Amino acid sequence: MPSVRLANITMKYRDIIAVENVSLAVEDKEYVCIIGPSGCGKTTLIKCVSGIIQPTNGEIIIDGKLVNDVPIQDRGVGYVFQDIALFPHMNVYENVSYGPFVKGWSPPRIRTLVEEMLNMMVLGDRARDRPNVLSGGAQQKTAIARALASGSLLLLLDEPLGSLDIRVRKLLRHEIRRMIKDLGLTAIHVTHDQEEAMAVADRIVVMKTGKIVEVGTPSQLYLQPKELFTANFVGETNFFEGHVAREGNEKTRVNADGSFLYSSEKAPSKDTKIVAAIRPEFVIMEHQHKAEPTWKGTIETVAFMGSMMRYEVKIENGKAIVVKTPFSSTSQELEVGTRVYLKFPPEFVLLYQYPQSGLEKEISVE
Amino acid sequence: MPSVRLVNVSKRFRNISAINNLDLEVKDGEYLCVLGPTGSGKTTLLKIIAGLVKPDKGEIYINNKLANNVPPQERNTAFVPQNYALFPHLSTLQNVAFGPTSKGIGTEEANRISMKMLEMTRLAGRADSQPNELSGGMQQRLALARGLASDANLLLLDEPLGALDARIRVELRYKIRDLVKERGFTAIHVTHDQEEAMIVGDRIAVLRQGQIQQVNVPPKIYNEPQSIFVASFVGGANFLEGFVVDRDHQGAWVQLRNRFIARVREIDFSPGEKVVLAVREEQTTMVKQVGEEQEINFFPGTVQSASFLGNSTAFEVLLKNGDMVHSRIPIGKQGKTFSENEGVYVRLHPESIITYPYPQGGLLTELEAI
Repeated sequence: MPSVRLANITMKYRDIIAVENVSLAVEDKEYVCIIGPSGCGKTTLIKCVSGIIQPTNGEIIIDGKLVNDVPIQDRGVGYVFQDIALFPHMNVYENVSYGPFVKGWSPPRIRTLVEEMLNMMVLGDRARDRPNVLSGGAQQKTAIARALASGSLLLLLDEPLGSLDIRVRKLLRHEIRRMIKDLGLTAIHVTHDQEEAMAVADRIVVMKTGKIVEVGTPSQLYLQPKELFTANFVGETNFFEGHVAREGNEKTRVNADGSFLYSSEKAPSKDTKIVAAIRPEFVIMEHQHKAEPTWKGTIETVAFMGSMMRYEVKIENGKAIVVKTPFSSTSQELEVGTRVYLKFPPEFVLLYQYPQSGLEKEISVE
Repeated sequence: MPSVRLVNVSKRFRNISAINNLDLEVKDGEYLCVLGPTGSGKTTLLKIIAGLVKPDKGEIYINNKLANNVPPQERNTAFVPQNYALFPHLSTLQNVAFGPTSKGIGTEEANRISMKMLEMTRLAGRADSQPNELSGGMQQRLALARGLASDANLLLLDEPLGALDARIRVELRYKIRDLVKERGFTAIHVTHDQEEAMIVGDRIAVLRQGQIQQVNVPPKIYNEPQSIFVASFVGGANFLEGFVVDRDHQGAWVQLRNRFIARVREIDFSPGEKVVLAVREEQTTMVKQVGEEQEINFFPGTVQSASFLGNSTAFEVLLKNGDMVHSRIPIGKQGKTFSENEGVYVRLHPESIITYPYPQGGLLTELEAI
């Protein structure tokens, strides 16, 4: 059964280091997503696993065996690319049955397998269609069915939904995960879309400039990111630069430009420069001032996002804070110019050491 | 200031109809988003307005003047194409200054305007860089700065964020709207991303097969979709097939698969009529048990999967009648969670169900069209 272990992988292209000393263990039957901005090395890394490129340094171990010198076709991996690359002269059925056919399987055995794959991907009706009459989504489903029919227990997906409309991406990602789990496969999936990663993965690997920043389950990375970069890359976050005004046993008091907020997290000693962070959906926005500590501000922008409303609130000290609230057709939505009071529940305020390179550089996604 | 009006415009490419008897009105200073799937005719529509594609029939008015025979460079529009089309041999500043200079503005003044645009797009520090030294996000902002500096006050944006990583898209969409509004431009922005459309657009026009399905402000499009296609493409929904069994003056009863009965507010349908019910994922709720007084529209089922999406958790629930329902619950607002294989009741609130007549070509055709 395939587990994957990468030990100290480095990949250099002349003097550019695409991947630097990366180690990662993927367990059997685990679905791991690798995310990161363009150029972070995620595609290079997955290509090293598949055997398309040879790393400059490091070991690739699949199913307990060192495979650095094993050619692509013998590594037992199925590969799905962003460019769909179906055989244009073959119909869906023939495309999917190509792998087993080349391997010399008997026709009845091929038929059983291919029909199973097509049913699983809800492509049964399109079996006799050529790729050029299929929608992008149906083409990509065919490509996935073809990769699965190869019998590989390890599936590598490189931006598999990248060429599709966003709406189709959202529908297809559930189908991909369900199928991988039903078949008990191990999967490594590379994407730049953090929401897609959260929807499909058991664990997510966040990369930046050739290195792993953080690894965790979707909820760990969203609710308790250990790094500032993760907090910003995996969903929107409000950041406050400030310093510790008071250490406490229960709450840390943070002075951010003369305004105060509180965190349940333990802080370094008084006066240390830090960054506090809170997700927009955890900020509480109210019309009336209550006794608890609040920040006064004015709504600057209102955007309707479907299930959510997104507000930008300008605080008296000039800072803009993003607030998101679930949309309900019954509640009265607030307008631009409304005076509001913001509260930051301490349990959702996370604290970070102030980065050496400065906050903006640290969280930059470019 | 520019308004745009299209009257009965059609365009065919050989035997494919790209735009089909389309009427559209864009007000002066408005930010209109044209939203539709691949192949719906979005880019063709934009090129017709820019003058880069000649329609087979119909009229194009820009600023209330018939523009059909006005060449592109005289339409006072700035077209920002999908691939940016930056001048590779010019610096960032020269790329932006190209438009003003070619209109006869002196170099000094052109550079002053251009630096201002670069400051707005946070590229001032890269004024001397060549385009190939910029990241994708920066190139996009540069293309936008060039469009803004051109002095054309009608901006045509073709998937302006399409080539960017998801995270940068989200950042830039707020920026793009702010910039357009700050300059007081009229903008037509084409995208397949419904969330982007809702954030940047004053109004959204949903396009399908060269025809406009619905035009309205984002909350109206989202909350009152006029067709199954719009409901499905803009935001997605659960669609349940059924037929009306009875109605009274407050609503109707609809029988779903395997004799589940749902209550809906709609009364425009007669008993026997086949219908489709649509409910947004986030407008469903889930409970572990139901009391006797609240049995209407609570349907028993089993959780098939739970996936954490950040600010919400998405559940797939297989109802006992065989229908699959997706439910999305915001985090933080509810204490309870539900796990896979757990028995639950899904509530479809009668007031959030939209009822549609059953489509002639079948439900799947409507949904597959995206």
